[in-house]
Amino acid sequence: MTIASAAVIGAGVMGAGIAAHLANAGVPVLLLDVVPKEGDNRNALAEGAIAKMLKADPAPFMSKRLARLVTPGNVEDDLDKLSQVDWVVEAVIEDPKIKRALYERLEAVRKDGSIVSSNTSTLPLSLLTKDMPARFAGDFLITHFFNPPRYMPLLELVVGPDTRPEVPQTLGAFADQQLGKGVVMCNDTPGFVANRIGTFWLQCAVVETLNRGLTIEEADAVMGRPLGIPKTGVFALLDLVGLDLMPKVDASLAATLAEDDAYQGLRRPFPLLEQMIADGYTGRKGKGGFYRLNKANGARVKEAIDLNTGDYAPAAKASLASVSAARRGGAKALVAHDDKGGQFAWAVMSQTLGYAAALVPEIAGDILAVDRAMRMGYNWKFGPFELLDKLGAADFAERLKAEGRDVPPLLEKAAAADGFYRVQGGRLQYLTVDGSYADVERGEGVLLLSDVKLRSEPLAKNGSASLWDIGDGVVCLEIHTKLNTIDPEVFKIIGKALQIVPKDYKALVVYNEGSHFSAGANLGLAMFAANVGAWPMIEDMVAQGQKTYTALKRAPFPVVSAPSGLALGGGCEILLASDAVQAHAESYVGLVEAGVGVVPAWGGCKELLSRLARDPRRPKGPMPPVAKAFETIGMAQVAKSAFEAKEMGFLRGEDHVTFNRERLLADAKKKALSLVEGYAPPEPMELTLPGPSGKASLAFALRDLYAKGLATDHDMVVAGELADVLTGGDDADLTEPLSEDTVLKMEREAFMRLVRTPGTLARVEHTLETGKPLRN
Amino acid sequence: MHKNVVIAGYARSPFHFANKGDLVKVRPDEMAAQVVRGLLGKTGVDPNDIEDLIVGCAFPEGEQGLNVARLIAFLADLPISVAGTTVNRFCGSSMQSVHMAAGNIQMDAGEAFICAGIESMSRIPMAGFNPLLHPGLAERFPQAYISMGETAENVAQKHQITRARQEEFAVDSHRKAAAAQADGKLQAEIVAIQADGASVEADGCIRADTSAEALADLKPAFALDGSVTAGTSSPLTDGASAVLVTSEDYAKAHGLEPLAKVRSIAVAGCDPEVMGIGPVAASRKALERAGVSVGDLDIIELNEAFAAQALACADELGLDLDKTNVDGGAIALGHPLGATGARITGKAAQLLKRDGKSLALSTQCIGGGQGIATVLEAA
Repeated sequence: MTIASAAVIGAGVMGAGIAAHLANAGVPVLLLDVVPKEGDNRNALAEGAIAKMLKADPAPFMSKRLARLVTPGNVEDDLDKLSQVDWVVEAVIEDPKIKRALYERLEAVRKDGSIVSSNTSTLPLSLLTKDMPARFAGDFLITHFFNPPRYMPLLELVVGPDTRPEVPQTLGAFADQQLGKGVVMCNDTPGFVANRIGTFWLQCAVVETLNRGLTIEEADAVMGRPLGIPKTGVFALLDLVGLDLMPKVDASLAATLAEDDAYQGLRRPFPLLEQMIADGYTGRKGKGGFYRLNKANGARVKEAIDLNTGDYAPAAKASLASVSAARRGGAKALVAHDDKGGQFAWAVMSQTLGYAAALVPEIAGDILAVDRAMRMGYNWKFGPFELLDKLGAADFAERLKAEGRDVPPLLEKAAAADGFYRVQGGRLQYLTVDGSYADVERGEGVLLLSDVKLRSEPLAKNGSASLWDIGDGVVCLEIHTKLNTIDPEVFKIIGKALQIVPKDYKALVVYNEGSHFSAGANLGLAMFAANVGAWPMIEDMVAQGQKTYTALKRAPFPVVSAPSGLALGGGCEILLASDAVQAHAESYVGLVEAGVGVVPAWGGCKELLSRLARDPRRPKGPMPPVAKAFETIGMAQVAKSAFEAKEMGFLRGEDHVTFNRERLLADAKKKALSLVEGYAPPEPMELTLPGPSGKASLAFALRDLYAKGLATDHDMVVAGELADVLTGGDDADLTEPLSEDTVLKMEREAFMRLVRTPGTLARVEHTLETGKPLRN
Repeated sequence: MHKNVVIAGYARSPFHFANKGDLVKVRPDEMAAQVVRGLLGKTGVDPNDIEDLIVGCAFPEGEQGLNVARLIAFLADLPISVAGTTVNRFCGSSMQSVHMAAGNIQMDAGEAFICAGIESMSRIPMAGFNPLLHPGLAERFPQAYISMGETAENVAQKHQITRARQEEFAVDSHRKAAAAQADGKLQAEIVAIQADGASVEADGCIRADTSAEALADLKPAFALDGSVTAGTSSPLTDGASAVLVTSEDYAKAHGLEPLAKVRSIAVAGCDPEVMGIGPVAASRKALERAGVSVGDLDIIELNEAFAAQALACADELGLDLDKTNVDGGAIALGHPLGATGARITGKAAQLLKRDGKSLALSTQCIGGGQGIATVLEAA
């Protein structure tokens, strides 16, 4: 069976977010809630939830247009519509009585073979299905999404003894391929996998912080980046998820976990937390939390709470030798350090990782499930067992023993063997519960560059980029600089690809497994050159980029780019130079050059113009593409999903979107291979641009923006140059199309004029220092 | 050969905010056709007698492009013998269609005309899809292309119209429009528009709850240190309007009920950078041609493109604000550019008849620096 339609019952934050994500995946979804006691609008709750989501940032919808796929309703009038849907997700309040009563009503209407799931995070499946009809128990499972459902990749599935095997198969495949979720099968135990370990870790970290007298800034500095954990660490994370959630999760776990579970020993009163919740300090959604933004006197000062007094003071940057040591020596150096940070790290991680090791196979079948759950549900860079390997399983076990503490059996096995993971014959293997190693199997349609790297050597490599043979005649171009910025070394590797691929291969895929496809050109290099007045060097970098991107576009083989995360500036221009783009749904694409005071000069202006000109949705005539490109580039607009990137013209309508990050490379490779037969590079194009008449129009629009205070002095300079390029310059005329090369030359000249202005240099410098744009 | 010209009927669509109102999805040609059909039904005029359908439109392209008047005639099922022409005098377009009909009637070049106006500001952007300015003119005489907001600021400054006065005027416009709506006084002119299965029957821009305090909170819309806000400007609007213009003899012979007689007409140019003052020169000319003075006027329909320009014109001409825009003006009702001229002229005619008055003026400003005016008298 397939899932072609769905319903979500419960329009709270989770239910609405799940509905939005189903819409993102193109699945029509009914969103139902109860009929409110007051007011005439019986669908007010669901409609209100959709309206709220359309304004939320980060946005639950990947495009506002997708909201049309969510139909609001209520459980009184619309329950019979559930007879049409393939999957019903229940996301109502965590009360088994209410849930079970709803299930009984569902049973009366839903069709045979449809799937019902609960998004519960605290209730066992056995309780929800107890004494329910056999048909229900067979079609039911738990689908535990993480908040926010669009952005958090983890989906925990829990099945019962009566669940039909097709149910998790169908739903798992749907969630994996269409929703892009990392599916982890969990056992029916309290907190399932991620929250079981995550809550233990949080509780443990809070307790150890209190016991050891660390400040929250210190605790977060230790319990974040040095361990590959998001910089929110512990206390800022609690602010993010909501302080009021903590006592609820704690109570639920305590009530359902065995009395001898290690978690029970961590519990203790935290009067300050109770007081904060009572006072409305529930975190970012409330007045603030452990941290708050003090906006008094017009300034915005980040303040941190003193755990002893409950008073706020400006947040201080933690200064700990252990954290500094970790910058070089990693997590291992952190826990080995004997300052209070190192001791704190060891105390928390020894308990947390030991706890995790003791829970396999109780909570999940293998360590892979646990590591995936923590990576995808808590955004840890490394799962608990990967962290244990980083710390050294043997050393870790040794230190526990030396401290007279228990060593979980699985950790003993890892310590005695090659750790939890090892590479054997170019394949990644993991330690199974019985102590043997098994290959880490990737699913059908999953191809990871990290696996390719384990089993092969690069075809070419320098400090900035590499070429890899990913099989079937396809080469992968991997950029691996900081933020995957683009520099002349990257051009060299592209040059290599242009030599190697036509000789021995069929196609090229541009892809990497960093968080970001590419944040654009290496600004640091440009700034360095500008500081010493090496203008020819800058011009050469621009010219080289133009030459390289043009060569990529005209190469005699298909080029497919596969972005995920940021694809900005020069990164976006790679997409624009490709024959096709296979985009991860979470791609953030834009030509943001104006933000640093220049214009796109590696073909971005001409490519976006030609894309917009070909868009049949746009009115005809010379100005609509020019005006749209002017707005998009001039305001440095960034598409916040692959779908928005299509709407803005960065991607073609026919470019494909992959929801699951792990499937991106395989999909891109497949796309590239599909283009091989009969491939011919695109013919050089011509652009019909309006010339001075169009530029005069843009100049008036710009003047109005300036009058309104929406454009700064230097914006006027940059936008003036941009208008010149986009309209084709003084000699352009409607009746005489311009060649690509003419527009490229204009891009380059405008860039060089701008880069010499003090306003642009100030922008570049500011962005390099702060990571933020300067509005000068 | 000199014939009297009468306004023998007036109808319009409800006016709604562009981009967010109930008429966003309605094609302007379709909307105008529904209004024309409504006007025919109201007046009972024999469509076979119509000489021409003259449609005013400020940005006649896209769905209101080609010769949209001819297409509206087809859509409205007018007899094939009825001709159609589209005219553009920006905001004065559909008042211009009335003037053209009046001229033709006096030339004995037809007895009955439908003078309509349309603008979907949702579906066709202001300045159109392809603004291509003359670069030389833009350089030498940039005010030729000046934005309307900027002209409003210029007028406010030159005529010292304070922000508080503008806001008081805007609140008044909404108050009058809301009262007229509540009393059902707008029903007589509105033709419901069938939009995608729904019937749009009432105006959508009027804000009955607007207050001076609420308006005072708004940021300047066009210049950082300016005085003109979104609240004291007419909104971007979708709408259509139409009036039936005939010779007096024709109306009598066919049992039509004239609302008013056209007494005089005028247009005039002014400096583009203060285009909002355009009604002053045009009205003076029209009043002089009619041989009447401002003091003789009972009814004034002065288009409110911006409160600043409306007040400046009222000050200059010495208009009695109590007699001006008694059912609200464009700040409250909306200003679908090409449709406004027929609305205010039809409205002035309707008010003369409804309130039993003698003399009326309808006038408006026009981008590029012009004014247009019509003097009407009781039929």
